[in-house]
Amino acid sequence: MRRWLFIQALRLPLVPSAAGASASPLARGMVLALAVAALLLAPFLVDALLGRAWVRVLDLVMLYTMLALGLNIVVGFAGLLDLGYIAFFAVGAYLYALCASPHFGLYLPFWLLLPAAAVLAGVFGVLLGAPTLKLRGDYLAIVTLGFGEIIRIFLNNLNAPINLTNGPQGITMVRPIEVAGVSMAQVHSIGPLSIPALYNYYYLFLALTLLVVFVSIRLQHSRVGRAWVAIREDELAASASGVNTRNLKLLAFALGASFGGIAGSLYASFQGFVSPESFGLMESIMVLCMVVLGGMGHVRGVVLGAVLLVALPEALRYIGPMQRSLFGQVMVEPSDLRLLLFGIALVLVMRWRPAGLWPSPVRRREFAAAPAAGGSASTGPEPRP
Amino acid sequence: MSTAGPLLTVQGISKAFGGVKALSGVSFEVPQGAVYGLIGPNGAGKTTLFNVVTGFIQPDSGGCMLDGTRLTGEPVHRVVQLGVARTFQNIRLFHQMSALENVMVGMHTRSRAGALGAVLRTRRVRDEEARLEAEAHALLERVSVAAWADHPAGSLPYGLQRRLEIARALASSPRLVALDEPAAGMNASETASLSELIVKLRDDGTTVLLIEHDVRLVMGLCDRVAVLDRGELIAEGTPAQVQRDPAVIEAYLGAPAEDARPASHAEGDTALGLPGVA
Amino acid sequence: MLGSIYALVALGYTMVYGILGLINFAHGEVVMIGAMVAISVVLAIGTGGLPAPIVLLAGVAVSIPACMLLGALLERVAYRPLRDAPRLTALITAIGMSIVLQNLAMIAWGRQYLSFPPLLPNEPHAFLGATVTGTQLLIVALTVSLMGALLLLINRTRLGRAMRATSQSPALAGLMGVDVNRIIMLTFMLGSALAAVAGIMIAGYYGQAHYYMGFMLGLKAFTAAVLGGIGNVSGAMLGGLALGVIESLGAGYIGALTGGFLGSHYQDVFAFAVLILVLVFRPSGLLGERVADRA
Repeated sequence: MRRWLFIQALRLPLVPSAAGASASPLARGMVLALAVAALLLAPFLVDALLGRAWVRVLDLVMLYTMLALGLNIVVGFAGLLDLGYIAFFAVGAYLYALCASPHFGLYLPFWLLLPAAAVLAGVFGVLLGAPTLKLRGDYLAIVTLGFGEIIRIFLNNLNAPINLTNGPQGITMVRPIEVAGVSMAQVHSIGPLSIPALYNYYYLFLALTLLVVFVSIRLQHSRVGRAWVAIREDELAASASGVNTRNLKLLAFALGASFGGIAGSLYASFQGFVSPESFGLMESIMVLCMVVLGGMGHVRGVVLGAVLLVALPEALRYIGPMQRSLFGQVMVEPSDLRLLLFGIALVLVMRWRPAGLWPSPVRRREFAAAPAAGGSASTGPEPRP
Repeated sequence: MSTAGPLLTVQGISKAFGGVKALSGVSFEVPQGAVYGLIGPNGAGKTTLFNVVTGFIQPDSGGCMLDGTRLTGEPVHRVVQLGVARTFQNIRLFHQMSALENVMVGMHTRSRAGALGAVLRTRRVRDEEARLEAEAHALLERVSVAAWADHPAGSLPYGLQRRLEIARALASSPRLVALDEPAAGMNASETASLSELIVKLRDDGTTVLLIEHDVRLVMGLCDRVAVLDRGELIAEGTPAQVQRDPAVIEAYLGAPAEDARPASHAEGDTALGLPGVA
Repeated sequence: MLGSIYALVALGYTMVYGILGLINFAHGEVVMIGAMVAISVVLAIGTGGLPAPIVLLAGVAVSIPACMLLGALLERVAYRPLRDAPRLTALITAIGMSIVLQNLAMIAWGRQYLSFPPLLPNEPHAFLGATVTGTQLLIVALTVSLMGALLLLINRTRLGRAMRATSQSPALAGLMGVDVNRIIMLTFMLGSALAAVAGIMIAGYYGQAHYYMGFMLGLKAFTAAVLGGIGNVSGAMLGGLALGVIESLGAGYIGALTGGFLGSHYQDVFAFAVLILVLVFRPSGLLGERVADRA
């Protein structure tokens, strides 16, 4: 038993569970080494096999993984359905854009802005969380939705009388991230290798994503993580167990939001511009889809969800030409299909796999254990030794 | 039983829900180290009183003290921290967590690791986790659920879920553990082993407050009993005293009815059994 | 004016919530589809020979059954299988259905605005010192009579009694011989019929419809339902009217209130602000019972 907890905590999230808990350390080491190699080589492989556009997709996968893991803390761990999560992404993105662009002529360094974005988004998270502590699931969902829309409406309209956000046009010419004097937006060469900008961002995002994954997993298997799950399962019983539900919910809001803020500031520098339309309700729902479809509360499942939901719409682009070859014309624009398919996927997964495509082991164990327990329950009392 | 001073003092509790008086001026004292029963017909206000003691409901007037510390007015988790833990009438476990994790959540007030500690996993945090886990295992042993430590709580048989919930309440090392109808839905042998467990708790120094419909269980187990009827305390004393009390007999049986056997009879406590209790 | 439309839509939310405890996120989409269907019918018949009221009635006559069917379908396909599932599951399904309907509508009718032919008299009349158009008068009159009819239905008929019983306790109502599934489906259909009417009204009022219109409208109507006390039919009516007033007054005065800092394009913020304030400070709404989560 005790081994189970520790292995869960130590196991690296991106390593396929094929290695299993019973595998030898050597086998696990090999799998780990392979995974590291695959992650490091990914942009080269993807570039060679699928083309440069897919390296960009890879970057976005990393970005959305961070975002989804942030939301997973709020929705997956603590069970607080947040439909306005993208607002925190927006806060991070706008903070970075305002402080590293010609808009105000400010060019603050990246190492300062990233933590600042995390903190500011965290503060917004608490601001949203504090008044909503007493609301139950569906009401909370609506209030957070309203909060997200309010943020977006303000971003859209705060160009007058003082031009704070430049309104619907957004902020352009956001400066790329520079790490130790090296700009991410330039091609660098190391020996014979030339590393394009998209690769630079990939490695930066990968590093931060791994950090976020690490933090998520550590949190999940801790006193704090247990208290969150307790709140999710039964808030009243959690408080009866001595859990300060108010503080822990606020902590979940703050931490989740700060992940969103970090992802947002990375996004601003990666895109080079920000505008309010990137932060609509549909974006919130898309991140929610990643969490829900992947497996609420299960870090690996959420990573899978992010990968699938970023990559699949890209793959949908091929449907346009496919239709042309099948019907001689494009019947349905692929971009129109994207959200439709999301919606259908949400409904289907909720119906048949409510715990997600890759649910956490506890939920799976529950299915496994149920028949056995049912059997012993029906045979009467349990005079166990 | 123990002759020490009162652990829990309930002082003049009144509570109304939209004009309906659920409790009016209820006072009693639970001695240190006792098993204290709270009985009464349906709708007598037992559960309301229980919720007031454990901080789930704030009374309109009156208050509770635990060994001189005021409980009333504190949020639920503070009440737990101060030493009162509870179970629920309709079991409320964290179904998707393992039995062990359920107990570890119950230790929340006795552990300190925060978010930062969780991420950094310092030596202190690791030691704390190991200690919690060992203690949780010991608690599961104590309530005989250890064999299920690894199973999701929701998959445990009913009787064991009840015991697991008691273990979770004990995990906060409470001075008073409040059990809300722990024998509800149990069969005879499950009830018997439950009462063994309660006796064991008392012998280990935990005071027990018990709401129970199974009057035989209460009378056999409790050191003292309080009887509520329509929100008022109508009797308080040892089981023997309470059983002889005419007000109690009337509350349970209404006007002396056809099968009202003399309750003062040594075995007569079956007359106090409610319909549906075997 | 808009308030009475909010009220009609809010009724759909509140009836479903009253019975199932579910926020039917897709309800706004039903309103949108009601509007779209009506416009399509009206455009198909054309404004040629036939007199305007008949064309309009034809649109209504197609749109209402279409929406009722859609409502029934939603209930049967998406919500019924999840009736005993956790709230989160049902809520996410509702969101999913909303996205599905919205995007199906977009594929069917395109991204552009559909304009509603001016079939109704639009010359202004002076009325109690205010200027109102025939359309507006019609909307108010129709809303009031529909609401009256609904209240009668709920309080005076067998069906209404069965609905009330089901909302108290589906299990108990089932034991008393009420066909709970049928009642729930009828509730969805009734709400959807009202949604169709509301959709046509709003399309007539603005003279256009759009695949995305259901979202904001649905949200505002939900606000209205919450404001009045969700699950409470009269509350939904009151809430709708109140929200309409708050919104138009708010949009009118916000500039003056903030010294010109915030303009009337913050109109939509009002609905959200009202929603948040009500949920946080008086979750039971103006007329509702307590809904905050309790033991």
